[in-house]
Amino acid sequence: MTTLDEKSIYGPVTSWKTDFDHADPSYNENAHEIWNELRGTCPVAHTERYGGTWLPVTHELVHEIAYDTEHFSSRGVVVATVKPSDLPDAIPAPIGGAPPITSDPPFHQDARRIMLPAFSPKTIEQWEPEIRKLCRELIADMKKADVVDAAVQFAQHIPVNVIARMLGFPPEDGEIFRGFVHDVLESINLAPGQRAEAFMALDAYVAKQVQDHIDNPRDDLTNFLLNAKIYDQPLSLQHVGGSIILLLIAGIDTTWSAIGSSLWHLATNPVDRRRLVDNPALMPTAIEEFLRAYAPVTMARVVKDDYNFHGNEMKQNDWVLLPFPAANRDPEEFENADQVLIDREVNRHAAFGLGIHRCLGSNLARLELRVAVEEFIAAFPDFELAPDEVVKWSVGQIRGPRELPVRINARTL
Amino acid sequence: MQVKVDQSKCQGHNRCYAIAPELFDVDDLGNAFEIGDGVVSPQLVEKARLAVANCPEYAISIVED
Ligand code: HEM
Ligand code: SF4
Repeated sequence: MTTLDEKSIYGPVTSWKTDFDHADPSYNENAHEIWNELRGTCPVAHTERYGGTWLPVTHELVHEIAYDTEHFSSRGVVVATVKPSDLPDAIPAPIGGAPPITSDPPFHQDARRIMLPAFSPKTIEQWEPEIRKLCRELIADMKKADVVDAAVQFAQHIPVNVIARMLGFPPEDGEIFRGFVHDVLESINLAPGQRAEAFMALDAYVAKQVQDHIDNPRDDLTNFLLNAKIYDQPLSLQHVGGSIILLLIAGIDTTWSAIGSSLWHLATNPVDRRRLVDNPALMPTAIEEFLRAYAPVTMARVVKDDYNFHGNEMKQNDWVLLPFPAANRDPEEFENADQVLIDREVNRHAAFGLGIHRCLGSNLARLELRVAVEEFIAAFPDFELAPDEVVKWSVGQIRGPRELPVRINARTL
Repeated sequence: MQVKVDQSKCQGHNRCYAIAPELFDVDDLGNAFEIGDGVVSPQLVEKARLAVANCPEYAISIVED
């Protein structure tokens, strides 16, 4: 079952409880079974990999850590072979390399507040027609093919194009920065140098775009950030660049995954697909249920000082994963947690995190997800997984299908 | 019946505003507040309970008459 990436610097996983590796492909492929097993035995798994990493799997513990900024720092949110404490040039807490996601209180709130107005529900609503148009263009581009890849030809292009338009970057550059983002998020168990190279390439690309906005100001999110002030001073170029990189990294693979997983569900559950096609009023609860059941994002924290967490001896600078997707499947918090119920009315899911780092892009992500699903099922009211083809899932902290070949059985075009 | 958003707990998930825009509004930062004095008319009681039950931060409370 384990098809370990040959490039990993660690060996095959011997136990999910004491030697887990969330970057082993079999983790994301079997995530729900792994969490169920761990929840029943130990709610906090451990591995020596990545210099020591913990994995709590209950809603209660994930909630507790997300709220506890005193013992857990956000200065590293993507577990990697190199820790923030090993990098002499790393920007220390409470700011971190990509505010606000890498920031801790009290700085976090000030950095976050700058960006909030650009992502409030009422600002984001205005993007709906543009997102819908984009989805329709992507569908039209798929022409009349019998088999289409809903992840590669559809889902992945939506967040890239939307964020490029918001930032005022050339839309045709989407391919370029999607590549960098992939390397930063998915290549976490490669030799350290390779990931650093991806970061440098992304930095250089963004610096060029920012300079272009300084020279030719326009009305977009990049100039909004360039004009923003913190403590009555303009943001440093480092802060502006870091925030843009954050938006690219935080917004693309995540939303791509959410759209892909939702379409995967509809491809594999014909009853739900038919219900949603026949009764669009179910869309709001269906979208929240897809977000709960297939939550794509696991975050991480860094242990500030040695800390005994419910009997687990955590050491300073250990990593702690925050698997919001596992919290969302905890039967202590959700009735019928393992069933996907598209009319679930009570759904306090944590797909967008909990506490002060609540996903800043959640209104945008929800809008993209809803419009993408609406347009896909409107154009293709009947589709299923393509026989003889395989679905490929991502590797690492963002979980979703990277290849999703589906056969179109009915189309309205 | 009245609904009340605890501003110190609300993180702006906007579930309440999506479920019951008759009862909740959001400010420029995306944080929610109850409209007017938060009084819930009889036909909105069900929506008010759903908003409470879907707030991930447990930030909304109901004051029964
Ligand atoms: C379905 C898609 C998405 C999911 C599931 C998701 C999930 C999350 C989660 C769980 C966090 C919490 C991080 C933590 O606790 O450390 C987060 C933070 C964040 N997300 Fe998203 N995200 C999505 C899409 C987006 C989009 C589209 C954007 C922006 C374009 C975005 C921007 C951010 C930012 C800036 C933060 C940091 C907020 C802070 O630290 O205060 N996300 N996201
Ligand atoms: S659902 Fe809760 S956290 Fe979200 S906006 Fe409403 S009150 Fe705030």
